[in-house]
Amino acid sequence: MRLTQGTFSFLPDLTDEQITAQVQYCIDQGWAVNIEFTDDPHPRNTYWDMWGLPMFDIRDAAGVMGELASCRKIYGDRYIRISGFDASHGWESVRLSFIVNRPANEPGFALERQESDGRRILYSTRAYAAQLPEGERYS
Amino acid sequence: MAATLMAIPADAADAAPGAVDLRADFEASGLPEIFAQLDQEMVGLAPIKRRLREIAALLLVDRARQRFGLAVGAPTLHMSFTGNPGTGKTTLALKMAAILHRLGYVRRGHLVTVTRDDLVGQYIGHTAPKTKEVLKRAAGGVLFIDEAYYLYRPENERDYGQESIEILLQVMENQRDDLVVILAGYADRMDRFFQANPGFRSRVAHHIDFPDYGEEELLEIGERQLEAMNYRLSPQAKAVFAQYIALRRGQPHFANGRSIRNALDRARLRQASRLFQRDDGPLSVDDLTVIEAEDILASRVFAGTPDSQVADKEAPS
Repeated sequence: MRLTQGTFSFLPDLTDEQITAQVQYCIDQGWAVNIEFTDDPHPRNTYWDMWGLPMFDIRDAAGVMGELASCRKIYGDRYIRISGFDASHGWESVRLSFIVNRPANEPGFALERQESDGRRILYSTRAYAAQLPEGERYS
Repeated sequence: MAATLMAIPADAADAAPGAVDLRADFEASGLPEIFAQLDQEMVGLAPIKRRLREIAALLLVDRARQRFGLAVGAPTLHMSFTGNPGTGKTTLALKMAAILHRLGYVRRGHLVTVTRDDLVGQYIGHTAPKTKEVLKRAAGGVLFIDEAYYLYRPENERDYGQESIEILLQVMENQRDDLVVILAGYADRMDRFFQANPGFRSRVAHHIDFPDYGEEELLEIGERQLEAMNYRLSPQAKAVFAQYIALRRGQPHFANGRSIRNALDRARLRQASRLFQRDDGPLSVDDLTVIEAEDILASRVFAGTPDSQVADKEAPS
């Protein structure tokens, strides 16, 4: 099951050229570009691991793309996303976030039902991949 | 405008279809303004201005060739600026970034100025991230490495400079379309640096030597600097200042444009205290803007030389 989250999530995966254009857009808006990765695909997993520090003082997307290439070299089998953080007053939050790398095989999620008191049912999603320990999930 | 770029015949505009109009290209690129600005703002440096125009012409021709599908090797644009301190290396690097940006060889045209401190780390494993950080920042622009020879310290074999040099060389070779590296430093030490690192020598296409300024050029530079600050020299002061330049040039640690600026800063200081001590009524605009001969004559340079007797005379020879 193809994971969809963030901007452009219902488009086909972006090519490197398209990623470069998006990153350049972030830079031109004055946002700090950040690269994050994870192997826990759960939608509520908002805190991904950071690849280095957010890049605040970059003028050209080539620098970010270089970092992305080295991140892919090591974590190419995990999800990688790029986010643009707007530090200006009143925003101070992420303005753009999109997935730039995904594992070759995405097993998807199981829907779990838990019978609770009375006739109540609690639902939860569990990623099949997350059954394995961290770091072994997609290799 | 220089001969190189003016030599293109004016009737090239009505050339046959399938032809390229270099002159129109040149106009459209916005380079004429930059060159005019260069001529206006920078005194002297004729060989360098000529060289810049040659490079610009080469890049324009390369672009034209590309349009016809003629094979064009990506030009190597890394440069080395050698010359004594204060000869305008950094100022020109800024201009270079603008020129390359107009020609489309760098995407952003910003200049990142670094020295050894910014590239070389203090312990094992510190250097590579530091250097890469700088390269990341400079991507799409021009990386200006001032006093580049400090990167290489042969006397200390455990120095981390070598690591930084290796990363730089790799990037200079593989990411030629991402950034242009300009190395700068004193001529003799840069020569030794290039001898010790032949990889650098072969990757740097343009070696540009900055000549020292002549006395008249220095005087003009001084006057321009004053003009920018809304000061001017009185006729006597101008004569004294010319003499000051001649004397100062013979002394050690002369740093061309920078020494001139420092001398003028001190002259402004003396002018201010002279005005402050005067008690003959309010000051006019003229009083505030004119630097008199005595402001310059008080300099140590005149006292330090044997023929400093001129300091006593009002109008020196």
